[in-house]
Amino acid sequence: MSFWNYMEYAAWILSVIFGLYILIDWFRIESSYSEEALTSSREGELEAMTEQHKL
Amino acid sequence: MAKASEAAGGKVEKISLLRVLGPAHVWALGVGIVLVGEYMGWNFAVGKGGAYAALIACWFAGLLYTCVAMIDSEVTSTVAAAGGQYTQAKHIIGPLMAFNVGLYLVFAYTMLEAANAITLGYLVSQVAALSGYTGTLDQTPFIVLTILFLAWLNYRGVLATLNFNLVITAVAFVAIIVLFLSTLTGTTQLHHAGLMAGGASLPYGAIGVVAAMHFGLWYYLGIEGTTQAAEEVRSPARALPFGTMAGIITLLIAATLTWYICTGILPWEFLGDGVNGSVAPLFDASRLSGSTFLMVLLGIGTMFSTMASANGCINDASRAWFAMGRDHYLPQWFGAVHPKYRTPFRSIIFLVPIAILFALGAPLDQVITFSILSGLLEYTFMPINVIMFRRKWPLDTIKRGYVHPFHPIPAIVLLCLCAITYFAVFLGYGTQLIAMVGFYVVVSLWFHFWRYRFVKRGDQFTMPWPRPRGY
Repeated sequence: MSFWNYMEYAAWILSVIFGLYILIDWFRIESSYSEEALTSSREGELEAMTEQHKL
Repeated sequence: MAKASEAAGGKVEKISLLRVLGPAHVWALGVGIVLVGEYMGWNFAVGKGGAYAALIACWFAGLLYTCVAMIDSEVTSTVAAAGGQYTQAKHIIGPLMAFNVGLYLVFAYTMLEAANAITLGYLVSQVAALSGYTGTLDQTPFIVLTILFLAWLNYRGVLATLNFNLVITAVAFVAIIVLFLSTLTGTTQLHHAGLMAGGASLPYGAIGVVAAMHFGLWYYLGIEGTTQAAEEVRSPARALPFGTMAGIITLLIAATLTWYICTGILPWEFLGDGVNGSVAPLFDASRLSGSTFLMVLLGIGTMFSTMASANGCINDASRAWFAMGRDHYLPQWFGAVHPKYRTPFRSIIFLVPIAILFALGAPLDQVITFSILSGLLEYTFMPINVIMFRRKWPLDTIKRGYVHPFHPIPAIVLLCLCAITYFAVFLGYGTQLIAMVGFYVVVSLWFHFWRYRFVKRGDQFTMPWPRPRGY
């Protein structure tokens, strides 16, 4: 096998590692936090605190 | 955090996106998405109408995008929320427009991400060929790795994502400057007079100039993506206009230098054929310079610009999808924020398989065309948006971080240039244009007659603005 064949395998292995990292963390978060907490972000709340639309 | 407070029986603590970005990150997001267009893609404009036509398209598209940047800077400096143009449309025009604009954004960026991943796979195969590898390299693992690595980076946090983009985009931009400087010192020889003489100047006449406009967009396509950072910058009113305007200035310089270098080195027939001729013109130009240093630098620049573009696209598409989920335009499930990394993690994850499917299953030119057309529809919305914004909330009613000059001239110019570009796209991809407009009509009907019933109508208008004039 040449160097580039090894690179192909390395790319697959790294892809699996990154994919698994995301999936495992996703599962961990979903099982640790309530849906209400995860979807609690509201548009404009921080904006209203930091920016004042006054002339 | 939220778990602890819930366990204690307390109120659930809210989890929001993090405000950690500055103007440099906004610049990195906008220029990062676009700069790949200088490294490849713009040269199809040369094929459509010759070198001069590509220059005219470069400057007209530059005018179009300067209008886009100015209009965007004004509106988004007041609408500091994720979703960018989607959120602008929601506040200024209405829900149906917002739904469409949200889809334009997600499709434009996801398709562009897929196109970039395909390109990176191709570039790796070229590196293998240049290194003497004689076999057939399987590009699939490199395409998949590109998408998954960048999705992982985006998943882990916006600051690291855009710091990464800042570094690789700066390297790619400096590479163009170094190549240009090499032409001044004589390291790289230019032959404009010989290459652009006679019929080579405008081989297809005026219609070639119009046709070139389609790919002229490629020099700047995506700079409007800076607005997606609105909810994550520390000072939206300052950072967004500053980063966006610095971005368009950078791109105008990069586009003009790219045209100047490439048309002075490569014959227009070769340069204009982006499939069988010059796939990566700046890299090809560096190879002809005979300098190994320039060849390596521009090779790295090509790969970095492609990666930066895909990275920015994941960031932007996920913010638009997230914002639509949060407003119930899509299932609210997508409006979740990661409690530790503070990113729209479900939206990032959801778009990964879609990008992989398009990258592995669709032809590159179709993917790019779908991206361009979605972008064009978005640019058509912008002038209407800013005209209505100024009418409903004149300058003396809302404080803006930036006020664009000469209103409504930029809006009218943008509308006219969009009309010309529609005609140019129709000349080459009329069927796709009609099919895509048909697609958006169908999903608009779905939204109007079904989905909108789930939207909490009063909750979606969040900006602390006064009542619009005339209402």
